[in-house]
Amino acid sequence: MARGIKDKVVILGMGCSRFGERWDCNAEDLVVEAAEECFADAGVGREQIDAAWFSTAIEEQHVGKSGVPLAFTLRLPFIPVTRVENFCASGTEAFRGAVYAVAAGAADLALAVGVEKLKDTGYGGLPQRSRGPLNDMYWANASAPGAFAQLATAYQAKHGLEMEVLKRAMAQVSVKSHENGSRNPKAHLRNRIDIDTVLRAPVIAEPLGLYDCCGVSDGAAAAIVTRPEIARELGKKDLVTVKALQLSVSNGFEASFNSWDGSHFVTNRTAARRAYEEAGIRDPRAEISMLEAHDCFSITELVTLEDLRLSEEGHAWRDILDGFYNAQGKIPCQIDGGLKCFGHPIGASGLRMLYEMYLQLLGRAAERQLPDPRLGLTHNLGGFPHQNVVSVAIIGRLGA
Amino acid sequence: MVGIASFGGYVPRLRLERKACVEANAWFNPALRAYAKGERSMANWDEDSLTMAVAAARDVPGIERSAELSAAFVASTTMPFADRQNAGVLATALNLDESLSTLDVTGSQRCATSGLIQALHGLAPGNGRTLFVASEQRRTKAASPLELLAGDGAAALVLSREEIIAEFVGSYQLAADFVDHYRSAQDTFDYSWEERWIRDEGYLQIVPRAIKTLLERLEVPASRIGHFILPSPFPKLAQRIAKTVGIPENAAADNLDGMIGDTGAAHSLLLLAYVLGQARPEEYILVAGFGQGCDALLFRTTERLAGFSPRRGIKGYLERRRPESNYNRFLAFRNLVEREKGIRAEADIRAPLSTLYRNRRMAMALVGGQCRRCGTPQFPKGHVCVDPKCGALDSQEDYCFAGRTARIQSWTADRLTYSPDPPTYFGMVVFEQGGRLMADFTDVDASAIRVGMSVDMVFRVKHYDELRHFPKYFWKAAPDAASDSTGQKN
Repeated sequence: MARGIKDKVVILGMGCSRFGERWDCNAEDLVVEAAEECFADAGVGREQIDAAWFSTAIEEQHVGKSGVPLAFTLRLPFIPVTRVENFCASGTEAFRGAVYAVAAGAADLALAVGVEKLKDTGYGGLPQRSRGPLNDMYWANASAPGAFAQLATAYQAKHGLEMEVLKRAMAQVSVKSHENGSRNPKAHLRNRIDIDTVLRAPVIAEPLGLYDCCGVSDGAAAAIVTRPEIARELGKKDLVTVKALQLSVSNGFEASFNSWDGSHFVTNRTAARRAYEEAGIRDPRAEISMLEAHDCFSITELVTLEDLRLSEEGHAWRDILDGFYNAQGKIPCQIDGGLKCFGHPIGASGLRMLYEMYLQLLGRAAERQLPDPRLGLTHNLGGFPHQNVVSVAIIGRLGA
Repeated sequence: MVGIASFGGYVPRLRLERKACVEANAWFNPALRAYAKGERSMANWDEDSLTMAVAAARDVPGIERSAELSAAFVASTTMPFADRQNAGVLATALNLDESLSTLDVTGSQRCATSGLIQALHGLAPGNGRTLFVASEQRRTKAASPLELLAGDGAAALVLSREEIIAEFVGSYQLAADFVDHYRSAQDTFDYSWEERWIRDEGYLQIVPRAIKTLLERLEVPASRIGHFILPSPFPKLAQRIAKTVGIPENAAADNLDGMIGDTGAAHSLLLLAYVLGQARPEEYILVAGFGQGCDALLFRTTERLAGFSPRRGIKGYLERRRPESNYNRFLAFRNLVEREKGIRAEADIRAPLSTLYRNRRMAMALVGGQCRRCGTPQFPKGHVCVDPKCGALDSQEDYCFAGRTARIQSWTADRLTYSPDPPTYFGMVVFEQGGRLMADFTDVDASAIRVGMSVDMVFRVKHYDELRHFPKYFWKAAPDAASDSTGQKN
């Protein structure tokens, strides 16, 4: 394996807008809200940035294509700006671009900004749109919940689990995230719910109900990264560094070859294995302090916890019901509310996950603060279970 | 000797209860109560005359891989395209060789019998066989008698000079511009004249003349006719005409009006496919088709008939039935009411015709690839073999997945995505001999669907482009309710 990214790059500052139905905001307004917090946190100015990466996924709904919208909005001084898109994992892609540029020495200070303005479609859920002319000819007529519901039927069949038991565990995934989200002033959904509410909710795509699905939100998040020595020169003492940054992309194996059973993510397992190796983690269940999983749907979080080797295969449902992933549990998951409650402005989500891990590692998470976290993992997934992109990032305090 | 070598049929699974239709409309036209008995077949929202034609052709065993076909005819007055050869679409969907004569026959309720006569006469020595398909989905106005009388369905015949199960003995055609109804080139619906006039001056005058002339010329006594097929909207009319011309009254075939309704231009051949499924060797079958005149065709079954059966046949499709008591669903499927579909339905998903042509085998015939090196079937066909142990470049031969056994690995009922008939069922289907596809489902029985169930791949409308009036076809998985969880047929 390549030498890896561990401890080469520091997060100098981060920012995140309030997520939600931001009827009063354009995407540009959200970018400024996140970026201004980020610049203030980093203690640098726009003119000091060497290069920027800009993530949006459904740009036809808001800013349009290219790096220009970011450069215009922040009046960046004619620096390189790269627009990236990798389904719902776009936010982590922006971060990856910035981190690699710094690690390569091509930039001293690099900016990553992600944004999505989804609430201009006129209806709930993600926009119904073309998947490309050829794909439109044969891809199933799937909504996102429908595509991810496949996991539930396959998982249930594989493990011989009663659907009622699985649904209860899935419900607890959402109950826990609502509990956490209620303590996050920037979260889209801040109400507490109970399991019965989840189980009684209208069905969206069998067996997923309304509360098994994450929020569709407007929002933006941003990070500035640099090398450790520069951060120290700028007066930073507590440094949060990147321990691992991995991406795995489906190649048709799951979609076209008769091997994958549909109950997990091949890419999750690949990205996690590489990330743990890069970070030097041998026993993730013992070493990871907390995580933000890509909980677009409750079942996604459930199977991901197994793919990340935090729960044994076939046993995540039990850990979930036992409270292992609650705020007071051994590995708190979605301590900020997750996609479920913080919300899911697609291009921003990967950066939002890193934002919470960053705050927690610096002891700045207010009511949500966990005692002494050392390593935080973010898992950002885009696409469908049978064809997707998955990034796994691990950040921690320098020396952890 | 020329004749029929094999046959198949198709009737949509949905059966609209006529009572539901009458209850909704009798306030307006109490006379509709006369038609309240039984059911009529009702195409699903994703079916049209073309998909039913493909289904009927695929009911003929081995049709997809038939290298012997040299012609494919489609007869219908309700094909989706007025100018794009529908028989060509059918041939593509069946993955037939492009060395093929294709022709659409249309313009009259007897276009199928007229076309069939021409096709039988056209079987030249040295040429291959001819696939002749008739299919109809008549558009009818709400609250019209025809809405209750009509049904949707299709039939397919393979015509040949050898291996014949029913010999073509002869035919007679009578042309009379008797306008019982018409549909002008600008119209969507039929305009009809008085029923009593149609019966007395039309059927009862014209049909007997054609039958008598045919039998006289062929020197076959009417008393020897074992099965007499005459579609008509009038009860017992075939029996009455049989009596007039000397055909035994019990020879008049059941016109299936209680279960299907009148499938228009397809009905003569649909009834022929039904009768052939029950007839014995060495029987005469007289088929008549009425519409601005009359066609009469005489067949005689052979010993080979006993050894042939279609995959399901009309009889099998009659049993594959789901009653529909919601008349509003019928109106919606036929686009007879303006419905609120929601903003999601506005997504403009067109089919670029150049993309469609390049990928026609994939999109229309469910053709993927099979790796020459490792043997792995895969959909879609790619440049690099999907088996991670192989990875050969440009190693794939065409491989048709239609007709191959597959099972459900995962599924859902999606209530968010737009569908004309929510929820949308779809899931991963895994082919037993290799290959898989995340496929839309159709004809789903919500209470029976489960992981492990076997599915049939069927040719359907994937999406109807309402801006350009263009049906985009693809293949869907139809769960086979007769299979248990191991996929074995019960």
